Amino acid sequence: MSVRVGQASEARSFQEAAPDSLENSQLRHNIRHATHVIRDKRGKIVGEMPDWQQLRDAGSAIKAHVMRNLDFYLEQFEANVTKAGGHVHWAADADEARTIIRELIEQHGSKEVIKVKTMTSEEIELNPELMAHGIAPYETDLAELIIQLGEGQSSHFVVPALHINHLQIQKIFKDKMPLQEMGISELGEKPPELAEAARRYLREKFLRVKVGVSGANFAIAETGSLVIVESEGNGRMCLTLPEVLISVVGIEKVVPAFQDLEVFFSMLARSATGERMSPYTSVWTGVNAKDGPKEFHVVLLDNGRTRVLEDDEGRQALHCIRCAACLNACPVYGRTGGHAYGAVYAGPIGAILMPQLQGMEHSQSLPYASSLCGACYDACPMQINIPEVLIHLRSQIVQEKQSHIGGKLSGENLAMQTMRKVFQSETMLRIAHKLARIGQGPFVDRNVIPHVPGMKAWTQTRDLRAIPRQSFRDWWKEREKAGKSGGRP
Amino acid sequence: MLVSLFIGCYNDLMFPRTGQAVVRVLERLGHTVEFRSAQTCCGQMHYNTGYTREAQPLLQRFVEVFRDAEAVFAPSSSCVAMVRDHYPKLAREMGEAKLVAEVDALVPRVFEFTEFLARKLGVEDVGAHYPHVVTYHPACHSLRGLQLGDIPYRLLNKVQSIRLVDLPEREECCGFGGTFSIKNSDTSNAMLADKVRTILDTRAEVCVATDNSCLMHIFGALHRERTGVRTAHIAEVLASTEKEPFE
Repeated sequence: MSVRVGQASEARSFQEAAPDSLENSQLRHNIRHATHVIRDKRGKIVGEMPDWQQLRDAGSAIKAHVMRNLDFYLEQFEANVTKAGGHVHWAADADEARTIIRELIEQHGSKEVIKVKTMTSEEIELNPELMAHGIAPYETDLAELIIQLGEGQSSHFVVPALHINHLQIQKIFKDKMPLQEMGISELGEKPPELAEAARRYLREKFLRVKVGVSGANFAIAETGSLVIVESEGNGRMCLTLPEVLISVVGIEKVVPAFQDLEVFFSMLARSATGERMSPYTSVWTGVNAKDGPKEFHVVLLDNGRTRVLEDDEGRQALHCIRCAACLNACPVYGRTGGHAYGAVYAGPIGAILMPQLQGMEHSQSLPYASSLCGACYDACPMQINIPEVLIHLRSQIVQEKQSHIGGKLSGENLAMQTMRKVFQSETMLRIAHKLARIGQGPFVDRNVIPHVPGMKAWTQTRDLRAIPRQSFRDWWKEREKAGKSGGRP
Repeated sequence: MLVSLFIGCYNDLMFPRTGQAVVRVLERLGHTVEFRSAQTCCGQMHYNTGYTREAQPLLQRFVEVFRDAEAVFAPSSSCVAMVRDHYPKLAREMGEAKLVAEVDALVPRVFEFTEFLARKLGVEDVGAHYPHVVTYHPACHSLRGLQLGDIPYRLLNKVQSIRLVDLPEREECCGFGGTFSIKNSDTSNAMLADKVRTILDTRAEVCVATDNSCLMHIFGALHRERTGVRTAHIAEVLASTEKEPFE
């Protein structure tokens, strides 16, 4: 088994990649604008809910229960899908899932598929696999379509084209769509005109293509149903018009009962887009002779999830319902956007999910791509304690580094060990204070240190306060001597 | 009341004035402050950077120093958040039942300075006088960690002659984040640039917070750019009186 999550194993580290995004003025402008718009909408609409905290408690309780009984609910789900006339396939990793899906498409002799926006498909890199075998995948979610036509990269797992503005979209459509054939002589820049172009471009595919591919937001064990929430209705086209529907679903998406959706539906759209309810919610169960696809397959994807489940602390990452509220709230994501993470799942949740899914040898920089400000934890409807898991993963990274000589002798480790020793003795601490005061001497300029070798990462943009003449403990000692203190009895 | 001061390692070395200020405020309110000199560091920097094992002896030391204290307060919300949010878990990882019990008994007696004033002592007016235009930056650990809510504002609003100006987008992190400011200095700076912009927009003379760690970061840019805006720990504002300005 080989777990791969997109191209993350070949990605640059966050530190290396971030400056490219930070220096891109247009990207910075677009991301700031978009995240603030969603954030404000979410704040307003979540504020309407007096029982928001109770909903969060309920949501995380359901998820925790599912994670403890995942084997039971998955088998129940499988039995009920089968009973309803569907087929269930189990995929241990990305390669297995890709192969299963491609072969199903090939069995039907189809050379093209229409796709509902699906992150699991991104995770297993389905599109490159299909294209390599002469099958054309058509993304039908507007934002995914923009990314696909523009040959760009998604930067957000709810609104993938968040970093692109309407003028950039106009250019992509002009370059890539057969506008004349579609009956559009002049494409304007207004969102309704762009949406109309996308509608004409896609509608013909909805009517023609025989195989649909989707993910799912929820899989209901008691009925064997899948659920997708979306904004555009294009998803529903893909779920209802093709003859064959293949859904690739992470195993953590299962919920016990239909009624559990009440909790998740109260929170998902509010958290994701600041809407009370998503405009389109589709639920389907197996096949129906009179309506919808005649053949239905579910590919249940592990790809590292059972490994995440083994970690008591890290497993809460699997509670994620992919609303991306943490991305919109995150001050780091809000500056860099998603590309710097080099990950299918960006932002705070990506920073705890990617290294766990793939194993700690990849995405090691991601747990450090956070100031631990806690905005993600506050925003998360499932109450995933992202800062706590980030620290937990950092601890695993440090211990792994300390297990070999190079890591042991790294500057960071030596500094941390020295400080630990210093903090274990008052005498050592006093000596360290003295040494620091002497050491800073040559660099102090009127009470600040504008530059000091080895601290460039700080001082290239920030002055450093000089260490004052007297520490607090020395001041206290002096005061005690002078007999002024209450002191310890 | 005899109250024990945990100064925090960086305040001890870099910001002794803050320690002097909290002592002045509490003594003015009629309390006795003690400083147990065996104290060093809560272990937050180690813990947050992933050096969990190295934080363990520092937890042990903190407990040894303060276990019999009636109440402990620190002029740093992030040190208190380390104790409150992480000590119980860290102690359990260390697997000593006695230590776990001691941590559980001590944690409810550890307070952040403004929290201590408002929640433990029930004081809002500390008799301060500070004739300056001030904007308040809520440190992430005070806001989302300790959930201090409007406590700092209530204290500042009672200060005579102060003019408090609201900081726009105040709940945004300043970008410090301990070792984050070094490991991801580019992103940290991008966050700091926006914080500085909002501070300058207020036209305040002084930016105030509950944590010198954020203020050290914010000061770094305010001073580098020669903005003329200074930073001050909230304790220094509250220590100041008309007769004895703390400046």
